[in-house]
Parts: sequence; C-alpha cells; structure tokens
Amino acid sequence: MATTTPDPLLTSWPSSPAHGSTPRGALLVGCGAGFSGDRTDAARPVVDALMASGQPAVLIFETLAERTLALAQLARERDPLAGYEPLLADLLRPVLADCLAHGIRIVSNFGAANPAGAAACIAALAQELGIRVPRMALVHGDDLMGAEHAQALQQACGADWPAARVVSANAYIGAQPIAEALQAGAEIVIAGRVADPALVLGPAVAWHGWAWDDWDRLARGTMAGHLLECGAQVCGGYFADPGYKDVPDLAHVGFPIARIEADGECTISKPDHTGGLINARTVKEQLLYEVHDPAGYLTPDVVADISQARVTEVGPNQVRLAGVRGHARPSHLKVNVCSERGWLAEAEISYAGAHALARAQLAQQVIATRLAGLGAIRCDFIGVTSVLGDDQSQWLAQLPAAGSGLAEALNAPRDVRVRWAWEQPTAQQAQLLLREVNALYTCGPGGGGGVRTQLRSRLSTVSCLLPRDLVHCGWRWWNPAMPAFAPESP
Amino acid sequence: MNSSEPLGVPLYRVAHGRTGDKGNRSNISVIAYHPALWPVIEAQVTPERVAAHFAARRPSQVQRYALPLLQALNFVIDDVLDGGVNSALNLDSHGKALAFDLLQMPVTLPRELLVHCQGPQPF
Repeated sequence: MATTTPDPLLTSWPSSPAHGSTPRGALLVGCGAGFSGDRTDAARPVVDALMASGQPAVLIFETLAERTLALAQLARERDPLAGYEPLLADLLRPVLADCLAHGIRIVSNFGAANPAGAAACIAALAQELGIRVPRMALVHGDDLMGAEHAQALQQACGADWPAARVVSANAYIGAQPIAEALQAGAEIVIAGRVADPALVLGPAVAWHGWAWDDWDRLARGTMAGHLLECGAQVCGGYFADPGYKDVPDLAHVGFPIARIEADGECTISKPDHTGGLINARTVKEQLLYEVHDPAGYLTPDVVADISQARVTEVGPNQVRLAGVRGHARPSHLKVNVCSERGWLAEAEISYAGAHALARAQLAQQVIATRLAGLGAIRCDFIGVTSVLGDDQSQWLAQLPAAGSGLAEALNAPRDVRVRWAWEQPTAQQAQLLLREVNALYTCGPGGGGGVRTQLRSRLSTVSCLLPRDLVHCGWRWWNPAMPAFAPESP
Repeated sequence: MNSSEPLGVPLYRVAHGRTGDKGNRSNISVIAYHPALWPVIEAQVTPERVAAHFAARRPSQVQRYALPLLQALNFVIDDVLDGGVNSALNLDSHGKALAFDLLQMPVTLPRELLVHCQGPQPF
C-alpha cells in the first residue's frame, strides 16, 4: 500500500479551539481493539489505511469492560508496575513506529488502573523498536479510591454499598481531558475509566474545535464513538448467522474507521483487503448495542438522542450515520464500585452414548445429595439446556425424570456435558464441589468422563451516581521520572 | 392453500438482533430485514409477548422502544441476568444468547411479504 509523506499542516492540531473559524476537513478515527483480549493484529490494516489517506487521523484502542478495571486494580495491588492492559505491548508493537512517523495520534483507556505504568511500558517498547519516546499524556480523575471520596461514594450508593472490601471505584469521565491533551500536542493519550465513546469524541472535539455545549455535535461524535468502541462488531464481527446474515472472510474481519465531518456526521468504513462487512444491518445492530432509551443515551459529555437517526449505505462497506441529536449533559457521573465477593467453583463431566441424559440426571442427584444444605448449586446439561436456563434451575425442573420413559421418548441426546456452578465465601468451601464432581469418576453413574474443574475469586459491582463537581479530572504529561503507579495529584 | 392466508414463520426470517447488557438489565434489538417487514414486528413483537418468552427468567419489567426510521425495536428487560455478569452462575453470564433465543418467536405475515424474508427461498 502506498504511503504518503505527512503534511505538517494536516498533522499539526489546533492549540486552541477553532470554534467560530473556518470548518476543518474531516478527521479519521480508526479502532484497533474493542475489548481487553481483542486481536493484536487488527490495528495494522487500520493504520495502513490511515497512512494511505494522508488525512489527519487518530487510532483508538478500547480495552476496558465493566470488570476489567477491578481486575487491573487487583493486579496493581500485587505488582505496582502492573494494572494496565496486559496486552499493551503486543497491541502497539506492530503500529507504534508508523503512527509516530505519520502523525497518527493514539488514544486509549489501556491505562486501566495504572496509566503511568502503561506509559513506562510504551517508553520501553519505543526503546526496543529503536524509535524516540512519544509525547504521552496521562488522564486522571476517574479513580475514586482516595479517602476524600469515601463519604460521598457511600452516600451515593446508599444501601447498595458493599459490605466486603472495596477493590475499585471509578467514575466514567468524559472527553475533555483527552481533547485538551491532544490540543497541547500529545501523541498518545493514556486514560483509565473514561466513557468508551469519549475515546472518539475527545479527538473529534480537539480537531474540529466544537464547544462543550454544542450538544448536537457532541452527540454525533459520541455515537461515532459508540459505533467504533466494540471494534469488529460494526464490521460484521459478532453478526454472522449462516444463510441469514453471511459475512465474507470473517477470519480476517477488518476493524472500523470513522470519517467525522465538521458537523459531526460520520461515515463508517473499513480498510481495503480485509474481511467482514459494513452495511445498514451491521451498523443498526451496533448502534442499538447496550442502548436503553434511544432518545436518552447517557454519557458524561452529552445525552445523545438516536430516535431520529438514519443509516444509509453510501458505497461498498461504507455507511453514513445522520440525524443524531443531543441534549445537555447529565449533572451526575456514573460510578462503578467493585468489591470482593467469594469464590466461584465450576466443574464439568460428560455422559455420552446410551441413556446419556438419564445418567447425567443421576449425577445431578448425587451431587445435590452430597452437598445438600450447603447453598444453591446451578446445574446445566450442556446440549440439552444450559445458557438459556436460569440460576434457580427452573428449566431443568421441567425435564422429565430419568427412567420415567418420557426422557427416553424425547429423542434423548447422546452427548451431554453436565456443568455445576457454585459460589461460596471461601476457596476452601468452594473446593468441595470440585472434589465431589471429581469423585464421580468412581462413585457416580457409569461412563462419566472428561472432568474439568476451575476455581476463581469473584468480584461484585454496584453502580451509583455522583455529582460531577465532586470528580476532578484532568491530564498531565508523563515523564520518565514518574513512578509507574503515581497516586493522583489533587 | 389459500394464497391470501397469513403464514406463520419464525421471527429470525423477518428480523435480526443483538443483545447488550448493563448490570442485571439486558437490551435486545429486533431489526426488520426489510422496510416492508417493519409493520409485522411492530404489531406482533409486543412487550407482553417478549415478557412471556422470557418468563422462566422472571423479568421485572419489559420496556419497548420503537425506531421507525431504522425499522427497529429496542427491548430493555430488567432483572433477567441472575444479577449480571459478576453475579450470575450462568456460563453465558452476559446473556449474549438472548437475542437469538427471542428470534425463535413465531410471527405471522401475509404471503406477499415472504419475498422480503431472509433465509432459504422459496419457502
């Protein structure tokens, strides 16, 4: 693919908002990851396309889900150098040198619980690659674990405040620190818990110079971010249903690029020579993903209204989103509080061949008897009913009893995997289930095989709303003298 | 068979959808494959039927939002995820499968709309 020499006029960003002056050309925002654990080879074709465009461009990585941040906080407790995205170096290694050489800014929440640690990791990666260390900005203010926030948080959570030890408390902060850092010349902006669409809205505001009360434009930039934040999910990923919704070359699904105009409207596309599909269907599915009231999609920066939104196919793998409106931002910010919560034991065994379901049901009875009175156990018959069932096993209760003749008459399955899941306060108690299922080898029904067991600690999350003036967010430059985990400056 | 007689088909021939989750709340989009099919889902995929479909999960509330310009419905279903991703004992603690479960709901449509349905043709 041809590359172009970066035009300094195109790649230099405004140092102050251009609001009121001549509208700028479009900004391209590409997405290189849609969750922690996403493909590390996804960003390369996106960066190739951004380079070939010769237009001002940003690459985002979205790597924080509801519980990822609590896990990062626990990782940092064990190791002060950890607590950022574990795949960070793998995500950036293929693209860092080209992004720096071509003025493609990088914006991400891969800082998780330790943005300064992420910056140190990137600096080390730059040295490994033999390139200069980029100018990096760290976003702060989302972490509310400091003592000064304790009272307000407990008040906001009320009766939901966890009794167990709190592991993390983070506000979903908005796009303002990201935009300011970009306008100050940051090449990489490293955040923790920002609202996912802010990764796109921040660059759009910085480039186009929108005002922070220009609600319609903020809402359009936000929904562009919403379409991008899950990576391949708008490009035919998480979409295919053979014979109904076919997707070409899903194994090489491309990741999305949004072209955001001065008025905020956007066109979604993907790099040439990648798999996947962008059409009205893929965009509609992602537009409504995790949305509740379409007229009131709440974010820290704006309340977006997609009730009058339209999507139009404007070319092959190109869809335009129009008609998004915005309303004034909420007075409160959403905060997630994560706390410790017991242990989850999971164990599985397979029964196959003649009378598989009857033997599986007998195994269920054996385990229920052995662990009677020790708390509710969920049991699934994978291949009969599992993920569509409920924790109280109401679905299972509707199955005919083994030996009643009905089970046999029901064209009984010949390959059933039994799964149990059990939560207990301590690892030692939870371990009991694993031992009992393992004992089914010699003490259970005939022919059980393939026992697998797993034990892990769990986290609990509650959400509350905090007045936004209690959350002080901002950004600062990273420098090599900073400790990897730098407590937040006031 | 009378050619004007309405035909019963599974919803997955008429619409597609995706599940999202926030805490103990699931949202499911139901999007018509073709604008001509929009009146079918708007009239037949009611909050009451969706609540009945998920009765075993004991939803406390089902809210339906209509987006005629997208030919889409958005259902917000409360308390069907056994507490949500951090609490549920379900293998699929996000409830990711729920949209495809809902798409098995039967609907009826005039025969002349069959041509707009998705999946193997002719029926």
